[in-house]
Order: sequence, then structure tokens, then C-alpha cells
Amino acid sequence: MTTLGQISLWLALLVAAWGAVTGVLGGIRRRPELIHSARRATYVLFGLLLVAAASLLTALLKHDFNVEYVAAYTSRNLPLVYTVAAFYGGQAGSLLFWAFVLSIFAAAAQWSTPKRYETLMPYVAAVTSGIEVFFLATLVFAANPFTRLPFTPADGSGLNPQLQNPGMVVHPPMLYLGYISISIPFAFAVAALISRRLDTGWLHAIRRWTLLSWTFLSIGITLGMWWAYVELGWGGYWAWDPVENASFLPWLTMTAFLHSVMIQEKRGMLKKWNMTLITISFMLSIFGTFITRSGVISSVHSFTESNVGYFFLVFLVLTALGLGWLLWTRLPDLKTEAQLESAISREASFYFNNLVLVGIAFSVLWGTIFPILSEWVRGQKITVGPPFFNLVNVPLGLLLLALTGIGPLIAWRKASLGNLRRQFTVPVAALAVTAVMLAAIRYSNFYAGVAASLAAFVVATVVQEFVRGTFARHRLHGENYALAFARLVGRNRRRYGGYVVHLGIVTYMVAFSGLAFKQQMEASLKPGQSTTMMDPYGHQYTFTHLGISQYDRLNRFVTAASVEVRRDGKRVGVMSSERRQYVNSLNQPTFQPSTEAAIRSTPLEDLYIVFGGAVGNSEEAVYRFTINPLVWWVWYGGAILVLGGIIVMWPGSGPTKASLRRALPGYAVTLAGSAADRD
Amino acid sequence: MKARTRVLIGAGLVVGTVGYLMASGIKDTGVYFLTPTELAQRVSADPSFRDVGVKMGARVVHGTIQRDVASQTIAFKVTDGTQTYPVVYRGLAPDTFNDDVDVVVEGRLMPDGTFRATTLLAKCGSRYEVVPKA
Repeated sequence: MTTLGQISLWLALLVAAWGAVTGVLGGIRRRPELIHSARRATYVLFGLLLVAAASLLTALLKHDFNVEYVAAYTSRNLPLVYTVAAFYGGQAGSLLFWAFVLSIFAAAAQWSTPKRYETLMPYVAAVTSGIEVFFLATLVFAANPFTRLPFTPADGSGLNPQLQNPGMVVHPPMLYLGYISISIPFAFAVAALISRRLDTGWLHAIRRWTLLSWTFLSIGITLGMWWAYVELGWGGYWAWDPVENASFLPWLTMTAFLHSVMIQEKRGMLKKWNMTLITISFMLSIFGTFITRSGVISSVHSFTESNVGYFFLVFLVLTALGLGWLLWTRLPDLKTEAQLESAISREASFYFNNLVLVGIAFSVLWGTIFPILSEWVRGQKITVGPPFFNLVNVPLGLLLLALTGIGPLIAWRKASLGNLRRQFTVPVAALAVTAVMLAAIRYSNFYAGVAASLAAFVVATVVQEFVRGTFARHRLHGENYALAFARLVGRNRRRYGGYVVHLGIVTYMVAFSGLAFKQQMEASLKPGQSTTMMDPYGHQYTFTHLGISQYDRLNRFVTAASVEVRRDGKRVGVMSSERRQYVNSLNQPTFQPSTEAAIRSTPLEDLYIVFGGAVGNSEEAVYRFTINPLVWWVWYGGAILVLGGIIVMWPGSGPTKASLRRALPGYAVTLAGSAADRD
Repeated sequence: MKARTRVLIGAGLVVGTVGYLMASGIKDTGVYFLTPTELAQRVSADPSFRDVGVKMGARVVHGTIQRDVASQTIAFKVTDGTQTYPVVYRGLAPDTFNDDVDVVVEGRLMPDGTFRATTLLAKCGSRYEVVPKA
């Protein structure tokens, strides 16, 4: 089977190179046979990579330990779901996964894009094939998943225990899907540049792709936080680790892009900016993979150091040079069609939102690569950690939260005083009331207070929009309120889905502000001994150590320590944290022991208990107790965010005549009658 | 004032804020990252360097880890091949902390030559890969 996979990879490399060359040549020379060939190459690539992926999966499922990759990442007693997940658990497999998924997306893009964008398609095929050339070359020459061992081990090494978690089964593919799907909008952008068809056509063609990739990134990041929280045992979900940052960076620039394309669609402005943003997003997705794999920046996620990193670096440099040249030669075609008319307008607020998002992205990138930069420039390696990122991003995040409320309410082109008064009275009142209430209860953290007040402001803007829209429909069409609400959202998915996303962001921000009240303590307890801890709401928790037990499980040996938890004297339950030693089917230990935290989640706060080890051979146990306020809301914020993304993407909300219409002065103000036309 | 000018002023303010936050962030929270040899050179060149908190990246010397669970203290030695320092850390060690792994310790060099660490990160270069069997 692996021979078949091996052959498919080589053939795929040749086909990808063919597709990249014929796509560009066919497009420029307008040779129909070359164009057809390039587009067909995309489908053939998909077929070949399907075969390669199937043969790796077969090798994994058949426990063919003669294949190095299978032996390195699985063992006979590994549960089936993790055996499948091992496909993307290691370096070579994840690269194959990447190439395979890109081939699906590329084929889907060729197949599903309406005929009116036909002139772009040969270039799109060329770009996706070009990216495939890079991935396939890396696979064939540097990280081949089909490499065989000179002997066949009796059993494999098993999967790293930290990857044996349900979150880890879905988190990496979601993130990869997000990274990979950025390639499609990027391919269209390059196609538009090469063909000089720089009207808004390409933006309409990629609208759903952009959202898809943004949604996948959001899911992937949220699941990643969840995984880090339940599996890594340090009591938090975000540590500003380089790999976390790497997933956050394209999310930020994609979010900026989603907003700024609206300006180009409505007003024909920001053309160069949009081209730059989508290029940067693509490069950041490659950069993310590069720092994960190269070992250039130390991270908890690092794969083994290997020369794969250099392939990525070369690819990044080539992309940057190529795109820089393309943009430079096309600058005259990217002239803006309109000038900004007022500093108080939707356009201006979107400028600022973009500036803040890119500012955050830049500071995160800077902090991530600062150790390397400082070593190059000053010969002195200086690192920055979470304090740096928090210092910079908390104020910027709050500014962004404020803009989340302001942006959607300001009229296009030029807001009148009447518009401002009408839109902002209720939200500003909500902000003021919340701020006064927080001051009254002596809310102790300034930033958390600001976050909560701004959250009230944004929620008020969103509720106001939904209520006004529903009432307008009720009045105009005589629909009952439920129907009016459903149709309002259904017929303006982009707009109201966007508001739902904003609610998700608010939920996130409130959840993050809970970090300001996190409590942590460590204690060594004999059986029957207890310790107490106050939560930020003034309740007292009592933790009593019950004892330690040991037992065998399918592929691990478990030592569990149990704690009885009381809140204000009332029994809440027993929580058990485990230390696990994973073993293979021959009962040999694989990996170092790992810790499984005990977590009790409620909307107000999480209890997070980690068993650090037993003292000597006694039953005395060392614990770390953490009280994490509002963590619950991080997961729900993610869910709301994704729900919003899905509402916007839902089929049938493609560009209508109304949404293609250009903005008129005071556009957002004329609510009555035109609610269905705006977005 | 033209709209464009106003927006540019606003943009300048945002960019300025980002720049200021980044510069002050690096100044206030940036930490030297040194190898044991570099730390030794620094300290011998300027004894007051002891008072500067640093991060030190090195490898745990095999067989030197002593865990005192009762006081939650871990003592071990780290080396880069030339210079070796004893390290004391109070707290729970990460799962990956073990003999021969690369660690990053953050803290201060005490006058007695011990490195007192406030954070301990075990940087398993092959976290997702299998651990070579001893």
C-alpha cells in the first residue's frame, strides 16, 4: 500500500508543477487547451492525494509498524480514534494532510465558482498547484510519511498522551482547515492581480471562502484553548506560546480583511490594503507552520527540529518577493475610486478597526520573534512572555471592543448628528449604568471593569439593531414578531450573522476579564487534612484530601488522588486528579507520566485541581488548587462566534442585487423599508 | 480640517499607542535569555548583574534531580557542556521535566552560586514525538 502512496506523491508533484506552469501560460496566452489542462490538473491532484492519504490511513489501521511513521505514532493498544488522529499527529502526516485538504479545496473552488469568474480560474489553478508543489516537494524530499524501517518493531511507540484527548482529535484539523482554506482567497487575489481584473468580482467570488477559513480558524483556536486547559494542567488556556500566537495572527488579519472588503465593495476604497491583507494572512498561515516545525522559536508544541523549516522559509521568501513584485506592477490598477468624506463615518470606523487589528497582529508577531530579532540586531537574546502580550493587548483589545459597538451604528460616508443621537443614546446609557454599578460594588480591577462596561455597550448596540429591525418588519409587512425576527436574520444573514459574531467577541472579552480574579495555591495534604480558599465572590471553599488509589486502564497505569470539596461548608462533591503512565501492549512505559486535572465548571467559576505527586510512599499528596472565574464563557463565546459565522455563510445569502449596490449618503440611517437591503 | 487629515491624526494616535505599548512592554518585561556560560561571563564582568532576573536555557544533568515533595522543592543541575549551575525551584514541575531534557529556568543567580528559579519550563524538543528509550 505504501508503495502506491509513494508513487502517488511523486506523480502529484509532477502534476502540480504542470498545473502551475500551464495555468499561468494558458491564462496569459489565452490558450484554451492549456487552461483546460491546468484546471484538470487540479482534479487529478485531488485524486492522487486521495490515494496517498488512503494508503497512509490503511498503513495506520493495519498497524504496519514497518512504516516508520506508523511505528512512531501508534501502538497496538491505541484506541481507534487516536490511531486515525495519528494521521496528522506527526510532522510528515500533518504535511500530507495539508496537501490533501488543499487539493480538496482547490478542486472545490474550480468546480463551484460561477462561470462569470472564468477568466480568473486558470490563475487560481496555477496558484493552488504552486502551493501544492511546495508541500509535495517537502513531503517527498524532507518528511516522507511512507519511509520504511530496515526492521519491523513488535509494537509502535504510541501517541503522545497529551494528544490522547477528544479535543486533540478535532483541534488540529480545524486549525489546518483554517490555515489551508486561506489559500483559496489568496489564489483568487493573485489571479486578480495577474489578470488585472481588479474590480470587486474576485471579492464576491471569495466571500464564502474567506468566511469559511475564518470560521475554521475560530473553531481551531477555541478548541486549542480548551485542549490546553484540560490537558496541560497548568490552569490556564492561553499562554502566548509561539504556536498559539501563530494561530492567532492569521485570525486577526482575516478578521481585518472581512471588515475592509466591505469598504471596497461599497465604496471602491482600500484596494491595495485588501490585497496586502490577504497576502499577509496567507503568509502568516505558512509562517505559523514554519515556526511550529522549524524549532527556530522554542515552544511547547515544537516538532523535532528538522530541515523542513528551511523549505518553509524559502517558500515564504519566494511568496513575499513574488507578491511584492506583482503588487508593485499593478499599483496603477488599484487606485481608489472614492475619497473619505468624514472622520465620523462607517468607513473611518472600519479604518480604525483594521488599524487596531493589524496593530495587535504586529505586536504579537513582534513579541513572538523578538528573541531572534534581538539576537540578530544586538547579539543579545531577549525574550518577552505573557506580561508583554498582556500589557500591549489588553488596552488594544478594549479599544477594539469599543469599535465593535461603534462601527456598525455609524452611517456610511458621513454620519449626521441625528444619526449619532438616534443610534448611540441607548448603548451609551447601558455603558454608563454598568460602569456606575461596578463602581458602586467596588469592582476591584480597572481593566475588567472597563471590559464589562464596554461589553454592556456592545450588547446594547446589537440588541437595539435586532429590536429595531424586527419592529420595522412587523410594522411594514404585518408579520408577527417571531416571523419578523426570523426573516430579518434570514434575509440579511451577513449583517445579523455579523452581529452574532460580535456577541461572541463580547462573551470572549468578558470571559478573559475573569483572568484578573484568578486564584491559585499549592498545598501538601495528608489523608483527612484540609485547606481552604476564598473565591472572588466571597465564598469559602474547603478541600479535604481523601486518599490515593492506583489502577490499570486500557493503555495506562493510573494514580488518582481524590479531594472532597465543600463550598461554605456545604458538600459539593469529590474531584479526582490523575497521574497517568502510558504503556504499550507489551506493558512497557511509553512517554513520561502525564497529569490529568480535575475540573468542575460552572458559569461563575471553575475549580481546577492538579495532583502534583505523592510524598514518598505515603498517601500524602501535593495539590495545586486553582479558582478560575468565568472560564466557562470562553467556550460559549467560541460557540456563539462560530454560530454567527455559519449564519453568514449559510447557502442562499450570496450577493443579491441589494448587497451589490453601492453606498448612498446616510445609507445606514434609512431604516424603515430598507432593512432588508443593508448589510 | 479635511476628513482625511482627521483620520490620519487618529491613525497616528493608534499607531503611536501600539508603538509606545510595545516599546515600554519590551523595556519593562523583556528578560535576557542566556546560556550558563554567558551568564557566568556576564556575572564575572559585572557582579551587579546577579540582581537582574534572567532566563537560562540549559540541559538537566542526568541523575541530579532531587525532589523534596513535602516542601515542594526541586533541586537539580543544569549545564551547557562548559558551565554547570545548581538550580532550586519551588513548585510543581511540568510533566515533561526529567533527566536530560532541555529546560528554561527564569530567576536569579544567588551569591552562593545557586540559581533560584521562579519558573521552570521543560522544553521537550520533541514533545509530539516519541521519547527515545533509555
